[in-house]
Amino acid sequence: MDFALHNAWLIPLFPFAGFSVIILTGKKNLGVKAAVIALTMLGCSAVLSVLCALATFGAHPHNPEHFEPYVHNMFWARLAQSPLEIGYQIDTLTCVMLLVVTLIGWLIHLYSVGYMEKDPRFTRFFAYLQLFCCAMLMLVLANNYLVLYAGWEGVGLCSYLLIGFWFEKPSAAKAAKKAFLVTRTGDCGLALGIFLLFAKTKTIMFQGIFAAAQAGAHGHGEQVHQLPFSFATLKALLHSPYLVTQPQTDHFVFTLAALLIFFGAVGKSAQFPLHVWLPDAMEGPTPVSALIHAATMVAAGVYLVARSYPLFTTGGHEIGVALQVVAWIGAITAFMAATIAVAQNDIKRVLAYSTISQLGFMMLGLGCLGFTAGVFHLMTHAVFKALLFLGSGSVIHGMEHGHHAGHPGADHEAAHGEPFDPQDMRQMGGLAKYMPVTCWTYWAGMLALSGIPPLAGFWSKDEILADAFAQNKGVWFLGAAAAFLTAFYMGRQMFMVFHGELRAKDCHPHESPWTMIWPLRILAVGAIGLGLLGTPWANVFHHYVHYGEHRLPANYVVMLLSIVIAAAGILLARNLYGVTPLKAGQEDPLEAKLGPLWAFLQNKWYFDELYDFLIIQPLLRLTRCCYRFDQKAVDGTVNFVGLFGIVVSRISAFLDKWVVDGIVNLIGIVTRASGNLLKLTQNGLAQTYMLVVFAGAMVVVVIRMMSG
Amino acid sequence: MEAIGLNHYLVLSAILFGIGLYGVAARRNAIGVLMSIELMLNAVNINMVAFSRFCAPDQLHGQVFTIFVITVAAAEAAVGLALVISMYRNLNKINFDEVNLLKW
Repeated sequence: MDFALHNAWLIPLFPFAGFSVIILTGKKNLGVKAAVIALTMLGCSAVLSVLCALATFGAHPHNPEHFEPYVHNMFWARLAQSPLEIGYQIDTLTCVMLLVVTLIGWLIHLYSVGYMEKDPRFTRFFAYLQLFCCAMLMLVLANNYLVLYAGWEGVGLCSYLLIGFWFEKPSAAKAAKKAFLVTRTGDCGLALGIFLLFAKTKTIMFQGIFAAAQAGAHGHGEQVHQLPFSFATLKALLHSPYLVTQPQTDHFVFTLAALLIFFGAVGKSAQFPLHVWLPDAMEGPTPVSALIHAATMVAAGVYLVARSYPLFTTGGHEIGVALQVVAWIGAITAFMAATIAVAQNDIKRVLAYSTISQLGFMMLGLGCLGFTAGVFHLMTHAVFKALLFLGSGSVIHGMEHGHHAGHPGADHEAAHGEPFDPQDMRQMGGLAKYMPVTCWTYWAGMLALSGIPPLAGFWSKDEILADAFAQNKGVWFLGAAAAFLTAFYMGRQMFMVFHGELRAKDCHPHESPWTMIWPLRILAVGAIGLGLLGTPWANVFHHYVHYGEHRLPANYVVMLLSIVIAAAGILLARNLYGVTPLKAGQEDPLEAKLGPLWAFLQNKWYFDELYDFLIIQPLLRLTRCCYRFDQKAVDGTVNFVGLFGIVVSRISAFLDKWVVDGIVNLIGIVTRASGNLLKLTQNGLAQTYMLVVFAGAMVVVVIRMMSG
Repeated sequence: MEAIGLNHYLVLSAILFGIGLYGVAARRNAIGVLMSIELMLNAVNINMVAFSRFCAPDQLHGQVFTIFVITVAAAEAAVGLALVISMYRNLNKINFDEVNLLKW
């Protein structure tokens, strides 16, 4: 097993090799061979990850020596005070993430073979997927903030490339840009947090930073009084920045750094207020949505908070400012996204908002000292959300092909007044009889997400709610409300899509190929069974991944409430959508009941419009001002200076033409004029010439006579 | 009245020379110009004979030189006439003021 640990640095390099091979084979289109390469490479990484995980199973809660083989690789650069080293670490949290990324990633690669079959850029898709896996694995394996940030940026880049994969669609290109810019905003916070930590501790290694944080939290043994987390301290620090290195600002600096790092997580994990990019990201192909925006990349934010937990828990077992912020943002996000999901008609958008909501749950869990709960929910959510997304991809695939196969030349737009949208749930219905496997796996995912025991989602969500109930009832209430809404909208989706009768005309859906079905089956098994690792009575998972907190005893009140809430949600959905299934063209029954609230929810609480008004329009106005300034002022100055050149050249031209050339011409003119004058003596008459000679002779004689 | 002395002959010679010169310069007809040239030459002859008679009577230098001049004048008149004939043949004119091919 040690072999795996010592060579774990290979784990991100396998998919990078896959990426390089696929990209560097030039014009020759590899086709399915690219998929085989990708599957093989990621398979190797998966095998190595499993071996690493097996190696860590011996970790005992009382054994502080969790397996962390640092390899201080690459002494990378020499800074003024110390050499900068980077390396990787393997502990139980890392192993959880490794397994999630490689195994689910592998299944999604397999699924993509079927889904992207007819796409002209098939090979490039796999190259991007491989690059993404490399970056994500690098992020997860890092033992210092710098490499983590590098992986963080890498997944951001791949997210942009993959969302905008069908870049011919302007909506996809816009969505990719939006995703990148919004997550970048968060990344600024993360970068600032890392800088602040480096200024304080002079190291980027997790071990060094966390040790300093925990030491500073207790005031170095109560010797140094800690400055409180307030504006006064901030003003003092801005006034004299050297105070950053002083011990009395430890609490302030670490809390501020934790908040900045959380801001990065807010961007990447689509929490309120930076959640606006995730629903638009559904423009990308469905495997991308499954991998990046459900299972792995958005979980990177949760992973970051979990990894940086020592910074958040500098208050010991009481909840400090940082954790409270995390919990409340998580709760608000969970609730808000769940309300929006209720009013969406696109199958993928419902799942997108569901993802945002569940990520809020994870943050909620982490914020209530539920380290294990949050990470456990991350793992189970990755499985069933990937399952749901892949299932929705299967549905979309079936609807699209069924529509084209039925009537290849039919003009849907002419008949129905708008183009056929294979993702619109109002067109679906009764797909259970056309796609049985997709249906039962989707049921498994839906029940898991709604939190029905004994499926996976119940155990993880309940653990979070139990931790929340113990710490902060307000947060728990929002979480419970979100859980109710989750069950409701998932029930709504189930009944609209799979039951009743097919609402789209001229559509003959069919089941998807084996490459798409088998991942669904495998993930369904995981969705059903994975939760049993973390039941409150035999919490194997807690033994594996924990932060030293003690397990709470099973809280039967909360558990019962969770079950009742979930069941109530599904029953309400059945009443509205299941008993009398929607007919084609019929309005949503909830729309009538909610009235104006429906429009508010369907338009996503008007967040996009708000951001457009507050941020984008002013920025664009500033841009136009700068453009005008550049055109008029800057270019005007340049042109004005150029004017001088023109004036000088005109003067010079005048002088050259009239003065210099004039002199030359004058010589010619004088010559010609004198010639004209002198030619008059040549009158051709010999007698005149003779007279002149005689006259000259006379002059000579006279002069001789006068002088001599 | 005084006896006819040297001065009278010199004045005569000068006047004849002047007339000849005027004729050369101002006559249009080529033959007229040639005649004027002869007149000038003859004036010079008179001058030389006068000087020989009055300044060195025992030597005949002046007279001999005059014979030379007369000979040369005859030859030169022949050449002149040949030129005039050539001029007439080519240009059909013998008025000097019309022969101005070398005019600018």
